[in-house]
Amino acid sequence: MGFEKTIYETAIEKGISRRDFLKACTALAATLGLDYSQTSNVVQAMETNKRVPVIWLQLMDCTGCSESFIRSSHPRTENVLLDMISLEYSEVLSAASGYQIEANRERVMEEYKGEYILAVEGNVTDAEFLTVAGHSALETLKETAKHAKAVIAYGSCASWGGIAAAHPNPTNARSVDDVIKGVPVMKVPGCPPIAEVMTGVIAHVITFGRLPELDGKGRPKAFYKLRIHDKCNRRAYFDAGLFVESFDDEGAKIGYCLYKVGCKGPTTYNSCAEMRWNGGVSYPIQSGNPCIGCSEKDFWDEGPFFTRRAKIPGTQTTVNPEKVGLYAAGVTVAGIAAHATATAVKKKQDEKNSTEDI
Amino acid sequence: MTERIVVDPVTRIEGHLRIEADIQNGVIQDAYSSGTGIRGIEQIVTGRDPRDVWAFVQRICGVCTTTHALASVRSVEDALDIKIPRNAQLIREIMNEVIFVHDHVVHFYHLHALDWVDVVSALSADPDETSKVAQSISDWAKSSPGYFREVQLKVQKIVDSGQLGIFANGYWGHEAYKLPPEVNLLAVAHYLEALDWQKEIVKIHAILGGKNPHPHYVVGGMATPIDINGDNAVNASQLMQISEIIDDAMEFVNKVYIPDLLAIGSFYKDWLHGGGVQNYMSYGDFSTGDVRDIELYRMPRGIILNGNLNEVLDVDPKDPEQIKEFIDHSWYSYDGNEAGDGKHPWEGETTLKYSGPKAPFKQLNTDEKYSWIKAPRWNEHPMEVGPLARIMVGYAKGQPEIVAIVDDTLKKLNVPLSALQSALGRTVARGLETALIVKWLRNDMDELIANIKNGDQITFNSTKWEPSTWPKNAKGVGWMEAPRGALGHWVTIEDGLTSSYQAVVPTTWLATPKDHKGQIGPYEAALKGTPVANAEQPLEILRIVHSFDPCLACAVHLTDLENKKTTEIRVG
Repeated sequence: MGFEKTIYETAIEKGISRRDFLKACTALAATLGLDYSQTSNVVQAMETNKRVPVIWLQLMDCTGCSESFIRSSHPRTENVLLDMISLEYSEVLSAASGYQIEANRERVMEEYKGEYILAVEGNVTDAEFLTVAGHSALETLKETAKHAKAVIAYGSCASWGGIAAAHPNPTNARSVDDVIKGVPVMKVPGCPPIAEVMTGVIAHVITFGRLPELDGKGRPKAFYKLRIHDKCNRRAYFDAGLFVESFDDEGAKIGYCLYKVGCKGPTTYNSCAEMRWNGGVSYPIQSGNPCIGCSEKDFWDEGPFFTRRAKIPGTQTTVNPEKVGLYAAGVTVAGIAAHATATAVKKKQDEKNSTEDI
Repeated sequence: MTERIVVDPVTRIEGHLRIEADIQNGVIQDAYSSGTGIRGIEQIVTGRDPRDVWAFVQRICGVCTTTHALASVRSVEDALDIKIPRNAQLIREIMNEVIFVHDHVVHFYHLHALDWVDVVSALSADPDETSKVAQSISDWAKSSPGYFREVQLKVQKIVDSGQLGIFANGYWGHEAYKLPPEVNLLAVAHYLEALDWQKEIVKIHAILGGKNPHPHYVVGGMATPIDINGDNAVNASQLMQISEIIDDAMEFVNKVYIPDLLAIGSFYKDWLHGGGVQNYMSYGDFSTGDVRDIELYRMPRGIILNGNLNEVLDVDPKDPEQIKEFIDHSWYSYDGNEAGDGKHPWEGETTLKYSGPKAPFKQLNTDEKYSWIKAPRWNEHPMEVGPLARIMVGYAKGQPEIVAIVDDTLKKLNVPLSALQSALGRTVARGLETALIVKWLRNDMDELIANIKNGDQITFNSTKWEPSTWPKNAKGVGWMEAPRGALGHWVTIEDGLTSSYQAVVPTTWLATPKDHKGQIGPYEAALKGTPVANAEQPLEILRIVHSFDPCLACAVHLTDLENKKTTEIRVG
């Protein structure tokens, strides 16, 4: 049963023209962070691949990742759900409850051994802090991951342990890859991740049958290779040494840099500044709010959020915001140099990690 | 013979909920509601900068995505006596109204509809007839026979593929489904439309708060600068975009959601199960001025006991005697004791002490402790909160807009007021308040534009930003109406840091286990006495529980003021 039709066939049956199909593939390639020359590979993959079964487990979470996922514009959520994947287990969307939904999970594990994708949202806790269907969620995760083709750890909780793992970590919260070994795990951090990043990585796995290229921390390079700072709309003001001193001051209106009110953009790897949120409408910094660094490991314990005291990566430099204010021009030069170094170091780390076939 | 049936996980909710029910002769005798997971966010925020806490507690829930952040900044501003600018008030109102409209529409179509709508039955619908039905209830543009034929084809292909995905293994064909195939098809089409629409309205959060889920806030107002001519602030074109999204939202609510609700509801108006405790509580919200000015609330504050609409009592979240949480059937201890007195949230303590069965297990010991959810009570009464409670309190208090929309709807459905005290009534109440709130959203946006036009562009009050301006000790409460009901965050601040934090959330009130007196809560009471046609497919349980829109990650949380206590828990 199932699997008779390819994504292309489904699209054609829905009345989509060949031309529009090719356009969609080009857009998808762009979303996946691929070079234009790669488009033909996307087309070929979409012509021959079929809907992939997905089991989506919610561990100790807030459902923010599922909520973000259903906000996707490119590709649209409906297309993801009806044309690209077959979401057979989701506590948020599944019609079935109770033992009927558990039966779905067991059926997929049996019928599609080694072929299904396991998406995980939320962190792992000790057994008594989360049971689902009378089973420890920890054990269910291990059992379901065993025969998955790949595991996608969606969000900062699944990727790093997230908020529950912040001090004093009352439930012994951990990341998914802390307990899952022997199956490829891709981390898609963010609290939550951007919708199109979430659908983009799943589209990549479906299109190419393997995880996208990952960086040294297990994140897809396409979306996490740059800091928010690198593409920030307020970047020119950082370089010019012009900073917001207090929310809603004149500088904030003009678009000065939010560094002094705590912005973690310079140390946060994510696509917010480039892709922006909710269909490209805005992102925190554009709306006057300092980045809290929500895609970085342990960011919850690196506050206070509105005081800037973080280190520039790749250096031992702790930047004192007052000095930044006083010697703005000088520090800017140092800042740029530090960024360049950090980027170079990062690139080297990334190059060590090759794409893993799965 | 009594049979215990278990629904775990209850899906199409937020979080992890388990329902156990004793059934005898096809009727539920007793029901038990259990929250089966916990993280510990209140403990995590203790000792942190109170200006940061909104970001932490916002992650209590990614569905009520803006809600807890707002309650948190209100609690800190209450503690420190900070007044926020009018623009910030309006922006916050707009963001809260957006979450209500978004959340209720998503609840109706994606979380609740499949309890009333049989997706598979839509395959046998005549699209021409569906089109006629659609055009008779609304002038929404997408209503041609061809459109519905296309939707039907879409569903047909999913079924034919053998991969039903999110629709796999539902209770399709269950005898409790009453809609004709044509109406089922209409509902399925709108399920898909609503999926597409919901991502549009939250763009307002992205413009004003940077992103959704989890938009940004700041104590003292909003960080969002306004400059109508600027290119890095909220400018004229963004205000225009917000306005257009609001107009679209009004259209979707009035032309799709409400007509669907009444059309579907009219087929089920004899199914009046799921009333529950009949005590209703609303903190009130949607002020036309300062949030602390209760007189200006469009959604009134009050308490109704035993369904007596002739008397509305007052509720005061600051009164140490009124609101208390009990743990007699919850996996916690208070001062080392596992049962006994309740604690007001300012004195609250939540030390984890799991004593449930070791997984894997078949059944909880419901005579003892059986949930991570505490039992909050108002003057020792269990209370229903949420859309029905708000509508009941508003109706009893004579709020003209609420009275008008309720009376009009009862007339259309040809049912008495008492019919609202049911699962379906709760679902109708949710729709009615959405129709009101989307209107208030329009009003508040108009006022924001007018205020800006008059030259006021201020969004932030910095006078008490620095901790050096704060008193040594302070305590506050941030109350609000969240989509699911009355929400309170209680904070105490010492020497510039958060010294204790407690959230008592809507689903804690609703999904509460028994209390110190053995009193059951709204879920448990609403399930009791309900007939279940097929114990293998307890659709009735889902209908009733979903009508409350459960949000479990909100309901389970802990505070432990002394870190050493957590060590004991881990050992256990």
